Amino acid sequence: MISRKRSKFGAPILFSDRNASSVRDSYIECTSYPDKNFTLTQLEQDVGTQVIPEIKGVSTQTKWAFPKNASTQYYPREFSEKEKGKLAQSKELADFLNSVSTSVEIALQQNEIMNTFVDDWKGLAEEEGTFGDKSDTHLKEYQSFTDLHSPMEKMITCIAWHPTIYGLIIVSVAVRLSYEERVHFSGKLLLQPSLILFWSFADPIHPQLMLESPDDIFCFAFCPSDPNIIAGGCINGQIVLWDITAHADRIENIKAGGGRSKKATLKPMFLLEPESNKEAMYIRHCAVSSIESGHKKVITDIHWLSDTFEINRMGSVFENRNGICCQLVTCSADCTICFWDIRPQKTAITQPTEKKKEETIEIPFDVPPTFLHLDLSWKPLSKIRLSKGETSLDHCPTKLSLNEEHVIFKTQDKMLGQDKAVKSTETNPYHDLEAGMSNILKPIDDFCTKFFVGTEEGEVIYTDWKMERDPETGRFVSKKPVNLYTVHDGAIHTVQRSPFYKDIVLTIGGWNVAIWKEDVMTGPLLQTCCAPKRYTSGHWSLTRPGVFYIGREDGYIDIWDLLEKTHEPAQSQNICITMITYIKPWTYSPKQQFIAIADYYGTLHILEIPWTLSHPSLNELSSVHYYFEREVKHLEYVQQRRIIRDQEKKEMERELERKKAKVYIKTKEQMEAELRMEYENYLELEKSVLYSLGLGKVSEKTSYMDVL
Amino acid sequence: EVEETLKRIQSHKGVIGTMVVNAEGIPIRTTLDNSTTVQYAGLLHQLTMKAKSTVRDIDPQNDLTFLRIRSKKHEIMVAPDKEYLLIVIQNPCE
Repeated sequence: MISRKRSKFGAPILFSDRNASSVRDSYIECTSYPDKNFTLTQLEQDVGTQVIPEIKGVSTQTKWAFPKNASTQYYPREFSEKEKGKLAQSKELADFLNSVSTSVEIALQQNEIMNTFVDDWKGLAEEEGTFGDKSDTHLKEYQSFTDLHSPMEKMITCIAWHPTIYGLIIVSVAVRLSYEERVHFSGKLLLQPSLILFWSFADPIHPQLMLESPDDIFCFAFCPSDPNIIAGGCINGQIVLWDITAHADRIENIKAGGGRSKKATLKPMFLLEPESNKEAMYIRHCAVSSIESGHKKVITDIHWLSDTFEINRMGSVFENRNGICCQLVTCSADCTICFWDIRPQKTAITQPTEKKKEETIEIPFDVPPTFLHLDLSWKPLSKIRLSKGETSLDHCPTKLSLNEEHVIFKTQDKMLGQDKAVKSTETNPYHDLEAGMSNILKPIDDFCTKFFVGTEEGEVIYTDWKMERDPETGRFVSKKPVNLYTVHDGAIHTVQRSPFYKDIVLTIGGWNVAIWKEDVMTGPLLQTCCAPKRYTSGHWSLTRPGVFYIGREDGYIDIWDLLEKTHEPAQSQNICITMITYIKPWTYSPKQQFIAIADYYGTLHILEIPWTLSHPSLNELSSVHYYFEREVKHLEYVQQRRIIRDQEKKEMERELERKKAKVYIKTKEQMEAELRMEYENYLELEKSVLYSLGLGKVSEKTSYMDVL
Repeated sequence: EVEETLKRIQSHKGVIGTMVVNAEGIPIRTTLDNSTTVQYAGLLHQLTMKAKSTVRDIDPQNDLTFLRIRSKKHEIMVAPDKEYLLIVIQNPCE
């Protein structure tokens, strides 16, 4: 404790020096000592005690887990419109783009010029992923169908695969008789129903459905917008319509005949009566066309027009607002092509006749009323006669091929979509055909109204269906054909557009094949040489652009591959013993492709197309396209050479004539001159000779003569 | 003028989309829809930054001028700058 006087606190301090050696050890100590005044003795002590259980100390090393986001939800930072606009206007952006755009454009152009990363090795190789044996190139027999119930011998005239149901093939059969025999047996034929049979893979013996028609059907087609409507062309020139909506469920769920049919198969086929065959039902037709105003002879081809356009009486093309196919085109052996409309005609004249018909005809109860308005009063919309000009003989069309252009609507799309949606919810559009009639239709301009026709004489005609006004009579007359080519030696039975190229048409007839391009008017792109056997049917392959199948009259099928050989078929395979009447391939999946071949004896063969024939090689589409382009160029070249040759020929002829004329003139004049020259020479010669002989002048001789 | 340049670039053959992104990866102008743009902008911005830093790490005097990413389906081109990024997506094969 240090004590000091109070007055000395806070006083200014004065330091003075002091010698350190004056004190011993040179430091002054201020030691502490216990001062008795301030010592406290502890008298109380506060202590606490507690009882606790046994303590155990343990230590361990734990993993240090740092918190991590299990998931984050965020939205990106974006500029508002204003900010974007401001930035867009800024000078920096403009400068930046200016400086950067050149390099970007160089890079873009580099890519446009050439793809530097193309793997050439890969490009050369063919696709390796094959499922089947690559060496297997033959068509494998899958199944065959024959109708064993019919008493008369039948042949198959037309095949179609059901567009939606798997494994359903439909064939039309006709009796295998010539015209005279038909007339002879006409009584017997009337009793028999002419049928279209529905065959399913599941049941090779019994057809699933049988459609009845008044007479033999030679061609038929499914309506593309409704697979339950079928239109067929008869041998007598009528068109028959069926509506199988009521029986659609029968064919959709087809199971292989169970115990029910086991008993039936034990009996021989020809003992079975049609009534006991409970599986197949005869379905009567819905409507037939009018006999007087339709075709007079067999209908050879029938097509549904695309649902994107429709035609009026003059042949002008309009938009189709219905969204369904409602028009047909047929061609027949009476040299006409007719357009038909399945909607009710809006004429007041037909009303009284309709009333009459209602009284007389009783409609069977199981026939759907879809086409009742057409039955027996159906007239074609327009008729085109294929006349040969002055002569009375006309062309007899056998097959048609229309331009299947799909017209794309631009502004009307939304409306159409709505219409379609509304319609599908209500009823089947085919049951309500009158609804679409009142729409005012928009005409379509620049629609190609030309089409190819193959005739019985082997000619390919390219003609127009639009009627034009004949300037003399003022009536509408069908146009003359644009082009006519006589290429085939026999009747043409196939005129078909390639499924890959819309302007390539294949025509098969007689003993050869021709491929045409629509705009090339000079001739066919390819015309094969005559085959040893007659070709009787053909079809493009559905998946390979350069392949088509041709059936021969000896039961062989020729498979042509345009990329392999163009002078002969790539392959030939025997299918049956008789003439092949129809070929129709169909694809169900990339692995399964079938081809249906019908023969003259009424058997339908279904064969499976092997991998090699159904899968296109790499770039096959472009290679075949290139091949066609080359052929077009070749034709052009031939044309040009022809022109040049003609010119050269003319020039040569002219030269010859000129030479002849010159020589002729030359000889006439020159002959005279030469004669004169000769005569003068002779006179001179005479003079000189006489003179050399010393006989004197000629004048003397004359005087001597005078004297005499 | 900015519009002209962008339109010119967009009209090249095979160009699928063009976009201008600022230095932070926020899109300013674009021809694609919003979600795609935002995705491209965010991812490519990060990649460009990484690429730039890589180039500069190796040689500090060097700088990234252009970045091209070639994928199976198309090619993405990024032109970086101090403040902006121009991204062009092109489909080079015919």
